[in-house]
Amino acid sequence: MGNKQTIFTDEQLDAYQDCTFFTRKEILRLHGRYHELAPHLVPMDYTNEPDVTIPLALIVSMPELNENPFRNRIVESFSEDGAGNLSFNDFVDMFSVLSETAPRELKAIYAFKIYDFNVDNFLCKEDLEKTLNKLTREELSPEEVTLVCEKAIEEADLDGDSKLSFADFENMITRAPDFLSTFHIRI
Amino acid sequence: MERDSVFHNDRLGAPRNPLLDELPSYQSLLYRRKPSASGSTKRRGSSRTRLGSSSSGKWGQTTVARQYEEKHRTQTLQRPVRELPKPMAEKRRDKDQRLEQAKDLSSWSQWRQSTRRTLRRLKEDGFEMLSNLELWRGDIHVIEGMFGTGILSYFSFLRFLVLLNFVMFLLMFGFVMLPIITAPHASGNTTFNHVDGFECSNYPSTSRRGLVVFHQHITDLLSGAGFLEQTYLFYGYYKVETIHFPKFTYNLPLAYLLVTIAYLFLSLIWIVKRSATGFKRKLVQDEDRFQSFCNKIFAGWDFCIVNDSAARLKRSSLLYELKTDLEEERIKQKIADRTRKEKCRIYVIRLILNLFVIAVLAACFYSIYIATNFSQKAQMTKVNFILDLIYEYLPSIVITLANFITPLIFSLIIQFEDYSPAFEIRFTLMRCVFMRLTSICVLLVSLWGQITSCQEGNCVCGYNHILYPCWESRVGQEMYKLMIFDFLIIGAVTVFVEFPRKLIVDYCDCGLAKWWGQQEFAIPQNVLEIVYGQTICWIGTFYCPLLPAICTIKYFIIFYIKKVTLVNNCRPATRPFRASSSNFFFLAVLLIGLALACVPVTIGIAQISCSQACGPFINYTTSWEVVPRTVSQLPAGARTFLLAISSEAFAVSLFVITCLAMFYVIALAGAHKRVINQLREQLVMDGRDKRFLIQKLCQAQRTCAIRSTGSGFQSHSSDRVSPSYRSNSGVFLVQPPPDSATHV
Repeated sequence: MGNKQTIFTDEQLDAYQDCTFFTRKEILRLHGRYHELAPHLVPMDYTNEPDVTIPLALIVSMPELNENPFRNRIVESFSEDGAGNLSFNDFVDMFSVLSETAPRELKAIYAFKIYDFNVDNFLCKEDLEKTLNKLTREELSPEEVTLVCEKAIEEADLDGDSKLSFADFENMITRAPDFLSTFHIRI
Repeated sequence: MERDSVFHNDRLGAPRNPLLDELPSYQSLLYRRKPSASGSTKRRGSSRTRLGSSSSGKWGQTTVARQYEEKHRTQTLQRPVRELPKPMAEKRRDKDQRLEQAKDLSSWSQWRQSTRRTLRRLKEDGFEMLSNLELWRGDIHVIEGMFGTGILSYFSFLRFLVLLNFVMFLLMFGFVMLPIITAPHASGNTTFNHVDGFECSNYPSTSRRGLVVFHQHITDLLSGAGFLEQTYLFYGYYKVETIHFPKFTYNLPLAYLLVTIAYLFLSLIWIVKRSATGFKRKLVQDEDRFQSFCNKIFAGWDFCIVNDSAARLKRSSLLYELKTDLEEERIKQKIADRTRKEKCRIYVIRLILNLFVIAVLAACFYSIYIATNFSQKAQMTKVNFILDLIYEYLPSIVITLANFITPLIFSLIIQFEDYSPAFEIRFTLMRCVFMRLTSICVLLVSLWGQITSCQEGNCVCGYNHILYPCWESRVGQEMYKLMIFDFLIIGAVTVFVEFPRKLIVDYCDCGLAKWWGQQEFAIPQNVLEIVYGQTICWIGTFYCPLLPAICTIKYFIIFYIKKVTLVNNCRPATRPFRASSSNFFFLAVLLIGLALACVPVTIGIAQISCSQACGPFINYTTSWEVVPRTVSQLPAGARTFLLAISSEAFAVSLFVITCLAMFYVIALAGAHKRVINQLREQLVMDGRDKRFLIQKLCQAQRTCAIRSTGSGFQSHSSDRVSPSYRSNSGVFLVQPPPDSATHV
């Protein structure tokens, strides 16, 4: 916005602004956050698009993600190699999808990926049980866990295969009233 | 993917089915993985865009493929790039490709696209600037991080009320006070109301004369009497008829009345607009069950929480919620299993308890009535400082006591009525809301009873002019006292109850501390408090025009009080309040308050004769009369128009049209619900069809494989075969697979 910054070229900032839900200032701020996670790895000058990734362990140490029970899955879902190493593009992508202005459909796609622990494109009973145990830190008894998962699948499963495909999940999440307000991270 | 889960039921350990991965519905989920070794089936690209620089040659083969491709391309062009679920590099490539394509368009559409983009950027920057100006942005961010979105909604509700009150104050100030203030400076004069020699227009001055003891000033400040009575604060000061400015005359009584109606309307529209989103969502989730399990598991964790103690609390509250839901399922089962005898018993108990509740409410209202009458009589005689103050504040004290005791009684007896837990909460809350808001009305009714009762039976001036020469100011004073007392109570409870409680719980290890526990930030009670204050403001502004300003300052200070007590003393409630339902609940209660506030204001304007010793409406019998009189002075055209609008014919036809519109909308909603159900069934059917077809396909595949290994069957291919199959023999497909399945 008229400031002299040498981190990105103007075209890059334009591209970021078009491809994410952030403004220029926010993208520069995000770069600052990315840089401070690994100052020796991340260059300050991104004009020639260096190929730098930050490992999972450093990303989940961010205060915004530190307390989240799904932090590992979130980072893995946005990484290109599936192991959680995020480049700056992935980093910005992640926070863009989790920002307030991202539409519900986009968030639903990524939420499905996050909750799909065994990456088989279905939310089966084991995925649900893992989700529940992460949420409650295993303080529910196993029968209660089974009961809750059964009820959840019963509520959302449309095609009767006792697991949730993406269509089931999307149909259910559009009717979940809290999804938009809880599935967002402020950065 | 270890096992083909589609065949989980019948075939365990069946080979992985590549067909599933080619379905378009899976492609959108696979994009982030690099192409695996098997390569062909998993394509690193979404099915949505195939703006492919690659493999363009193959597409020339089938026109069907090309048409399908075009359709996809036009579909994606409509979605902005940022909403595509793809990694950043691909989105940038899409964007560049779109720009390339845009160059093919005419210069007009190019210009249009670029202006649209710049406008969008400007709008975003503008919003960013505006949000920086937002009040308390940083504080609310901190609260959200520590306590989650449920309590956050309380604070943003408080912020909304501050803004609403400020706007109300600006309205009153701009249209009523500003003309009076600027009148002496303008080269105009004001005509004052004056009626000759009539006994009703005698307004003895109540300001103190001579040496005034200091504590009398404090009494005056706290009760709105004495030196405060003849100020801009109260209705009685606005004893102005018209203000003559150089170019026009300003009809102050009309302005006063219209501003009152305007602020009520403005509040209504603003609240409805704010609750529209919540209400729409409530209509969509037509079944109550979506409050439970799926919503809690998938949308239960607040991703905003950054504090580890808040995370711990959120976890325990989620746990509590899930356990409560399981409990509720059990109770529902129990209710369904109730025998007839038990049902009769429960209904009888409920009837008795409801009668008891009504009796309690009646007792409270009666005590408020008695207290008001006593207080009014006692204000005539002054005893000493403290006792005077108590007499002044007696109605407020009684109301506050009643509002403190009744929720405890209600929550006690609801346990015997044997409802489901969710309904228990809602019902208790409704009772408390009713109690709080009706107590103000009872106060007003008893006050009016006092004002309109004279010794001779029929009042000469329409009101008791001996005791209440300016009754509107008196009503204004009562509202002012209620507001001040409410504010003092909130402050006093925080300082004298909540902080000591925290100290006791922290440093004392006795049984009392353990039983009492740490303070919970109970959202419903806090919301009721501020809605109560807002209702007083709405009722009282007509009689005390500066009340919105006082209310703004009051809520401003309450924000900080509540924030401090929240951060230092409280833990979140074990019974968590969901953000989604909270917003709707707050605004619904506020609307009830507004509706209840309109009733006294309407009666006061239209029914009761206004006092003839003070205020703008001296020359009218009721305040409303200023409108017909002004209308009769308008030019003929406007007059006939306004008369036509207010005639019965117009009202009836408007009512009929509104009813028709309502029926239409209800029918539309019903039709939509039916369509939704049909679509859901169709989804189910399609899912089953898909499984069936895949099963058949794999059966055919296996038979062919067996046959080919058995008898060296040569591959039989048609020109419609999908080259993506790596099986030994080709497989007939009924139609070409979607383009995403093809590969180079």
